[in-house]
Amino acid sequence: MNVQFRASPDRATATSVKTAIADCDIHPARATKDELYPYLAKRWHRHLEVYDKHPYQGMMEGPPYPKAQPNASRRDAYPPEGGPQGSSLSFMQQQHLDPNHVVLGVLNPLNTGQGLRNHDLSGAICSAINDWQIDKWTSRDRRLKGSIVVANEDGLAAAAEIRKRAGDANFVQVLLLSRNVEPLGQRRYWPIYAAAEEAGLPVGVHAFGFGGNPITASGWPSFYIEEMVGHSQCQQSALASIVLEGVFERHPKLKMIMIEAGFGWAPSLSWRLDKCWQRLKSEVPHLKRPPSEVIAEHIWWTTQPMEDPERRDHLFDVIDWVGWDKLLFATDYPHWDYDEPSRVLPAGVSDANREAFYLNNARKLYGLA
Amino acid sequence: MTSPIPDGVDCDLHPAVPHLTSLLPYLNDYWRDQVTTRGMTDLVSQSYPLNSPISARPDWRPAQGKPGSSLADMQAQAMDPFKVRYAICNPLYGVQMVFSEDMADAFCRALNDWLVKEWLDKDPRLRGSIVIPFQSVEKSVAEIERCAQDPRFVQVLMLVMGDMPLGKRAHWPIYAAAERLGLPVGVHAGSNYHNPPTSVGWGSYHIEDYVAQSQAFQTQLTSLIVEGVFARHPRLKMVMLESGFTWLPPYLWRLQKFWRGIRMETPWVDRAPLEIVRSHIRFSLQPIDAPPDPAVLNRLFDHMQSDELLLFSTDYPHWQFDGDAVLPEGMSRDLVRKIMIDNPLATYGRLRQSVLEEITP
Repeated sequence: MNVQFRASPDRATATSVKTAIADCDIHPARATKDELYPYLAKRWHRHLEVYDKHPYQGMMEGPPYPKAQPNASRRDAYPPEGGPQGSSLSFMQQQHLDPNHVVLGVLNPLNTGQGLRNHDLSGAICSAINDWQIDKWTSRDRRLKGSIVVANEDGLAAAAEIRKRAGDANFVQVLLLSRNVEPLGQRRYWPIYAAAEEAGLPVGVHAFGFGGNPITASGWPSFYIEEMVGHSQCQQSALASIVLEGVFERHPKLKMIMIEAGFGWAPSLSWRLDKCWQRLKSEVPHLKRPPSEVIAEHIWWTTQPMEDPERRDHLFDVIDWVGWDKLLFATDYPHWDYDEPSRVLPAGVSDANREAFYLNNARKLYGLA
Repeated sequence: MTSPIPDGVDCDLHPAVPHLTSLLPYLNDYWRDQVTTRGMTDLVSQSYPLNSPISARPDWRPAQGKPGSSLADMQAQAMDPFKVRYAICNPLYGVQMVFSEDMADAFCRALNDWLVKEWLDKDPRLRGSIVIPFQSVEKSVAEIERCAQDPRFVQVLMLVMGDMPLGKRAHWPIYAAAERLGLPVGVHAGSNYHNPPTSVGWGSYHIEDYVAQSQAFQTQLTSLIVEGVFARHPRLKMVMLESGFTWLPPYLWRLQKFWRGIRMETPWVDRAPLEIVRSHIRFSLQPIDAPPDPAVLNRLFDHMQSDELLLFSTDYPHWQFDGDAVLPEGMSRDLVRKIMIDNPLATYGRLRQSVLEEITP
């Protein structure tokens, strides 16, 4: 987080990062509203002007919970040439990629065609976003890799988009959001997992999204902080659904990444799932192994916003339980709750674990070793 | 195994209403007529299907009738073996699920009266929770005030999933009444199913609903803390029942971090969430979502950074542990005493008062 409120002795001794890193969560933005038009059929230009995006929420413009800062982004990240934060490649290079020694940056475009009620529009915008990622970003800076965004509520169209991009080295994963019309293990999403496995691409599940369900199981809360914190509970339920529906039994080679949702809750959720599965396995006979084993084998976690306990031994306990080989460093650039690379890991980590955390796990997972 | 000590408090037991018709004697003519004329069915919640393995431990399942419907069984299976001084009854009968607040109110009143007559009157160790029709705040307050006249009611009981988040201002009169009457508010696992049972929609399976309880508790804690319930009601205590607790430390790390970043949004939250939890929130012991390895569990206790948060519970008759292993292996003697005696008495003012009356000559 780029807001510091107290001096922490652990943080003060943190080792600075002078070596190469992977940033597994970067958010590229459009400089103007019509930047996508060259990649969209004419029909959709007019449609967007008249009806706009028609998402699973009420606001025509902007989020229902106002962010803490404009565009939920750093105030110092506006490009000098204008446009919102994250919309200029040269400024991203100058402010983030170069000084932080980013050798692999994974782009996760938000505000795409995901979470729209008109599924044809959803597919058209997602495909346009994928073309735009190549044109504006990945073809101009080889450090950057794209995510295939897909019409998440239309499994067949999403699978077709994945197959269209399969083998294209501009992309390293498929991108979903955690909040959808149904929990992510449901069958309407299975074609996405089949196509991703077939293409040899991991599926990243980024916190956020709209699917029409209240962000708590007790209705809509009042505040932005409840939405922010609530993303990790949504992610827990989405992951439980994926495991309990047997997605990984059907797709044994599929890998998934939980992005920007925390990882501290993973051990507790795994233990709870195991305990319940011991009692209730007759209800889910397709699930052959303890859920904790499935999670340990198939799930990776991005680090931002980094778990931040008062005592670093608590952090190390949790990382030991999750696995040093399962964490992928991420900054969330240019968002306001950005994690500064040099301040994320406290002192006391072995060189091998630090290198795995900052770079090697990502290279290995994305096949870029 | 860690041995329980005598004179503890079991903070979560579930006496079962045999059938909706069991409440008929406690309903007025109008509602008796409604139940019979309309052919209303038993109010069993999806949260606890009667034959689900989680709903009753195999050796606690009676030959006939619902698990938890026999006082003699509860005495022989939970209260006697663990030698408790008090046992707090949290009825989970599905009275909150109905959509009419009038009907929910009638059923809650009947349920509370039934608990007094069929349970509390029959064993002096038993204490009760006031079940309220929480979709109507006004009726809830009236029911709290009515039942609180009986000192054996020691807390108010809500479900973790209802119509709206628990911290919402509309609920505050409930908390004001509870605080005024010295009653903690217990929040128990379960939903009235007026919203999807997870924050990402309806899952396919019972196991998903059960796992999701702990996520619901997390979102409710956020709501209670950031809406400012405890700033407004500094003497209010709340008890999370059958919530699990191993999720608490990482949950608080995240909430604390975001609160530091965006506390300008909720300036009345003038203490760190961690401190608010330590002052106001308690958790029942069962279920323990952790591996059986005592080394790991002791690390988790250390992560909680307080030995005052947990209250002993069996969750009778739900299946959370086997044999008499209600306390996990490797717990220190001090922690056992805190969890079984000190923490419950510090939480429940009315139990503290009862103990005083018992030991005063």
